[in-house]
Amino acid sequence: MAVTPPPVVLAARGLTRQYPGVRALDGVDLTLRAGEIHALLGENGAGKSTLINLLTGAQPRDGGTITMDGVEIDPDGPGGAVKAGIAAVYQEITLLPNLTVAQNLYLGREPTRWGLVHRSRMNQEGAALLRRFGLTIDASRPLSDFSTAVQQLIAIARAVDLSAKVLILDEPTASLDTAEVQTLFTLLRSLRDQGLAIVFVTHFLDQVYALTDRITVLRNGRLVGERRTADLPRLDLVAMMLGKTPTAESHLSRRPAAGIPAGAPLVRAEGLGRRRLVGAFDAELHAGAVLGAAGLLGSGRTETAMLLFGVETADQGQLVVDGKAVTLRSPRDAIRLGFGFCPEDRKLDGIVAGLSIRENIVLALQAKRGWWRRLSTAQQHELADRYIKLLDIRTPDAEKPIQLLSGGNQQKALLARWLATEPRLLILDEPTRGIDVGAHAEIVRLLENLRDRGMALYVISSEIEEVAAYSDRVLVMRDRAPAGLLEGDSITPAAIVNAIAADHHTRGAA
Amino acid sequence: MSAVTQRLKAARPQLALLAVALLVNVFVAPGFLDLRLQDGRLFGGLIDILNRGAPVMLLAVGMAPVIATRGIDLSVGVIMAISGAVAAAGVNAGLAWPVAILAALATGLVCGLWNGLLVAVFRLQPIVATLILMVAGRGIAQLITEGRILTFTEPHLIAVAGSTLAALPLPVVLALAAAGLTGLLVRATALGLFVEAVGTNPRSSRLAGVHTGLVLGAVYVWSGLMAALAGLIATADIKGADANNAGLWLELDAILAVVIGGTSLYGGRFSIGRSVLGALVLQAMRTAILRAGLPPELNLVLMALVVAAVLTQQSPAFRPVATRLMARLKNKEAQA
Repeated sequence: MAVTPPPVVLAARGLTRQYPGVRALDGVDLTLRAGEIHALLGENGAGKSTLINLLTGAQPRDGGTITMDGVEIDPDGPGGAVKAGIAAVYQEITLLPNLTVAQNLYLGREPTRWGLVHRSRMNQEGAALLRRFGLTIDASRPLSDFSTAVQQLIAIARAVDLSAKVLILDEPTASLDTAEVQTLFTLLRSLRDQGLAIVFVTHFLDQVYALTDRITVLRNGRLVGERRTADLPRLDLVAMMLGKTPTAESHLSRRPAAGIPAGAPLVRAEGLGRRRLVGAFDAELHAGAVLGAAGLLGSGRTETAMLLFGVETADQGQLVVDGKAVTLRSPRDAIRLGFGFCPEDRKLDGIVAGLSIRENIVLALQAKRGWWRRLSTAQQHELADRYIKLLDIRTPDAEKPIQLLSGGNQQKALLARWLATEPRLLILDEPTRGIDVGAHAEIVRLLENLRDRGMALYVISSEIEEVAAYSDRVLVMRDRAPAGLLEGDSITPAAIVNAIAADHHTRGAA
Repeated sequence: MSAVTQRLKAARPQLALLAVALLVNVFVAPGFLDLRLQDGRLFGGLIDILNRGAPVMLLAVGMAPVIATRGIDLSVGVIMAISGAVAAAGVNAGLAWPVAILAALATGLVCGLWNGLLVAVFRLQPIVATLILMVAGRGIAQLITEGRILTFTEPHLIAVAGSTLAALPLPVVLALAAAGLTGLLVRATALGLFVEAVGTNPRSSRLAGVHTGLVLGAVYVWSGLMAALAGLIATADIKGADANNAGLWLELDAILAVVIGGTSLYGGRFSIGRSVLGALVLQAMRTAILRAGLPPELNLVLMALVVAAVLTQQSPAFRPVATRLMARLKNKEAQA
């Protein structure tokens, strides 16, 4: 094992970034070596995003130095970082879907002839570039023709082609399925073997061990430590991330089956569906029980929630609530029946960025009461403070704009928004997406708590082990239609995967 | 008490701007600040600014919530013309004055309802939706006045602009009362929160159960009502309905007033009080230019410069530049 470590490409020392009231990053070091994949890990609010933003120059730093091959650099603005050889690919793809693949690859540096863009050469070179990344596609087609996974590879190709020293990947696998993740990993390994230094940010620990050579862990804006992946057992890693004895994985043990409570269900969907959205599905939601929903992206799992919450109106089947058939024409109808809904895309459909945490928390309850019966300022403060304490939302006070919270705390604030309405049924779409281990476990515990207090829960999640752990029944979706319903002891991660994947392999990785 | 000081603190830029504009007035017209009481009515430069500024104050009061929903109402100037024409035609046709005034206000409500319908139900972009009425409205007003300036002698209608209440010209009282009522309506109920939520993120707001259509519709209806009231004042002021010129370009003044008042055209936070201050800043500037004896043509150019300065100062891209410039200036001073 006594191999001389590869040469250092990038060394960041004492990076510091101060926000009003919060020290987001406090004297953090990061050392990247050529030909290594380096995992950057930490809970929500640990400072990963801030660190990346300082490296790419997206934010100015308040202290610290960055050296690249021994030369001090100052990535002032993304252009400066690219010139120095640092490129980043983010979870939300930052390419332009309306342009062609080649235009995206060469945006701002198009090959020209007589001062005009040399379109055919651009398309040829683009295709050639992508072939080196294992993609054989027509580069003259619009980017939007391709799947998220392919777009991600194109974004990586562009980044590597721009500056081939340091590549930062922020949650690159969040919206990829298993086969696509494997393709990405193959590519990353070959880039590593070419001598690239790669930073890999993720919250999937399996992927950390499958892919990375070295791990840097941050917590609360500080460096916890840097280890070789091979020398760091999983439990120790979790302990580093949480800063306490790991209990994170213990929440995954399946609770003793309480079974479905007797009596009529609160909500029953009978062949509910909508043309071009999702095929007819059945679901029963009982007070004090969890119905889980599993399936791949695009399987129709989110669409079931949209019908149950009136975001879209069903055109077949019926919905029975309290034994009476109802039609939901808008979320307001669902809320009136005592439903709540935490959507998958927190930024777009969840938080109202710009308003305070307090206003975000009271919004649903206030909407339910109507515009005339305003919650007094004192009531609003009382409500917000109570939930901030109850759910342990980490913020100095309730008046901060909600977008300053980390993802996990935003999710808790959204939960608070619905809990304030005292719902009978809470629908959660990917409640733990993009949230790290600690907050993850907290949210799962919270859901179990709500269930035990008699709430009906419908939880859509791609975290199969979690679904298996807390669900009383699991609805498996595939190709925009139900693919099975698991109950009782038959709920195991393996059974869910089997149901999801039943004919997945035969279709191949299209 | 703390709420009041907080609000004053938030309005510091607008108050400073108003103070500067008033100072210029004092400079060009000594005695500008003098107030005298005559026949139970206050007279003086400040009162003139309030009185002349009343219509734009009213428009700004209606416009602020519209802009806060990420919308815009280009039709308010035209609604002024239509409501004035309805009132004038009404009294000339022998309607009792209260009926004529109610008809004029109702016209504003209907115009606002039309805008609200296009924006909230048919999902037209607000700028296009209200442009329709902006273009068609002058024609409607001209049809009502039959292309002439429709003069009238109904004393009660004239009194809307000419009479005095609590020692102040009635338009000032009306504008301040409307601002107060609107402020109360948005802040004592949950409407203000809904308006800001819908303006910031309509999708999240709908999912949280906010009736986004109703909120959007309501702000345009209110804007129409405020514009109709402004139209009544403008018409009463000249004792006649001028379909061509009543409220001409005032929608732009109203938008400027709201923007000077710190509301972003991207929607979100808004303040009725600061929008009113914005309207007063505009009026004070206009008065100063007139009193200085400068050609009125200069008015528009100077206003544009001031507005550009105000907006640049509010722009996030400008702040670091300004800070750096100031630092460099200070360095030079230190060296010298």
